[in-house]
Amino acid sequence: MIAAIPLPYPFDTVEMQRALLACVAVGAFAPTIGAFLVQKRLSLVGDGVGHVAFAGVGLGLLLSMSAVWTALVFAVAGAIGVELLRAKKKIAGDLALALFFYAGIALGVVFAAKAGVDDLEIYLFGDPLAMTSSSLAAVVLIGGIVAVGVWSLRRVLFAIVTDEAWARAEGLPVDTLSVALAALTAAVIVAGMKVVGLLLVAALMVLPVASAQLLSRSFRRTVLLAAGIGAASAFVGLIVGHIAELSISGCIVLVAAAVFTVASVVRRSLPAAVESQV
Amino acid sequence: MAEAAVEIGGSLLWARGITAGYGREHVIERVSLDVRPGEFVALVGPNGSGKSTLLRVLLGALRPDAGSVALFGAEPDRFHARWRLGYVPQRPSLESEVPATVREIVASGRLRQRGWWRRETVEDRTAIQHAIESVDLGDVADQPLNELSVGQQQRAFIARAFASEPKLLVLDEPIAGVDRASQRRFRDSLLHLQREHGAGVLLVSHELSAVADVIDRIIVLKRSILFDGTPAELAASGVSLGIHADDLPLWLEGLR
Repeated sequence: MIAAIPLPYPFDTVEMQRALLACVAVGAFAPTIGAFLVQKRLSLVGDGVGHVAFAGVGLGLLLSMSAVWTALVFAVAGAIGVELLRAKKKIAGDLALALFFYAGIALGVVFAAKAGVDDLEIYLFGDPLAMTSSSLAAVVLIGGIVAVGVWSLRRVLFAIVTDEAWARAEGLPVDTLSVALAALTAAVIVAGMKVVGLLLVAALMVLPVASAQLLSRSFRRTVLLAAGIGAASAFVGLIVGHIAELSISGCIVLVAAAVFTVASVVRRSLPAAVESQV
Repeated sequence: MAEAAVEIGGSLLWARGITAGYGREHVIERVSLDVRPGEFVALVGPNGSGKSTLLRVLLGALRPDAGSVALFGAEPDRFHARWRLGYVPQRPSLESEVPATVREIVASGRLRQRGWWRRETVEDRTAIQHAIESVDLGDVADQPLNELSVGQQQRAFIARAFASEPKLLVLDEPIAGVDRASQRRFRDSLLHLQREHGAGVLLVSHELSAVADVIDRIIVLKRSILFDGTPAELAASGVSLGIHADDLPLWLEGLR
């Protein structure tokens, strides 16, 4: 048994310390990738990919394999599939999402039922207190890959998601990088699966970005602020959920939603101040 | 390497006998044109005259049914030094969900030249700043684009094209709906690029009054080329070019 690092309540147990690391990591990197998705007007792609990942979970359970890896394979394939359908304009972006969304969840339910597993709650809603050290390591590893990927590609990803038509005319590798962004999105979804769940991880990709863009005046600052808001929401949500004995993932997302409400009010009082500076 | 732009007849952009369209219908027929280094060429024509189709062919987005095109001496599909061509699309609108500053937008224009995977160098930052200042947006460089006027936004897109220090700048209706003061700044920016960097400019526009005094050549297109010559020659030929009166641009008056 691993001993807990001496930290004040409520972080005095190993479970809470692991939960803290996992929640803050997901809280920080989900909106980092989310900022590019919001700019690309694909705010809901995380939801669609989450549902596809659920099919992977079902298959993993059926085959008695690690559900994280099968979910990752399905999520990456689903995210790239949505991107290709969207880019080739074979069908509308939201219709492509809906197709993956519903087929994914249905397939997941069929697989899980066949496997005789009823308790799917941990995959859908997460449970950060149930993190093992290996699943925590996976979350941190995927988080690190996403952070490095986004940091190195940030300028070109920004150019592509901001003005795709121009980026194509300019000869930038739009298709390749869009697929890379889709793969990073899938990685974030799966990393967040056992922490906040497939149904709520997409919220952490979008809500902190929605708040940050109200308070920032550049893309760079929006990304950094969104990561900060995401991590802070995760931190507060974890404490509130633990102390009040509520669903931790639910609390994290509710805190992120509350931050958005506050940011909207602050933004409304800002324009006068901003205009006077210009 | 000597400017690899030594192309057919010294032109940056060279097209001969272009016939192109969609399906079986030809929108343009037997079109030939050149843009040489340091030359300012305006392409005009009424709506539906085939200007956009011609541009698509010239930039390699549409394969012609007949004729050949060379961009810097290469076929458009084989032209890889894309940064040498600055392109400002028609009505560039950017409804950014997330705030993006003028500087961030302009910096995108530098990616292709330095290699999108490389770090931004001091030289890149200098070129970006220079591009911003050349369109007179220095004061608003760190403001979000969507807080600026349409004219300022369009100048930001022009600066994005300038950032790679292109040798050929192609602009598709860049000043439609832009106020007079912005049009003047736009003219100065183009002149700067043309004179300081020896770039060729191909401007597709209805409104040429702002740039009338700096145009070297005017090409009038209506399915095929009706006129190709200097502004003085055009003025001397009168306005009976077969273009509908509503489409006749006001700039003709400015040329007299």
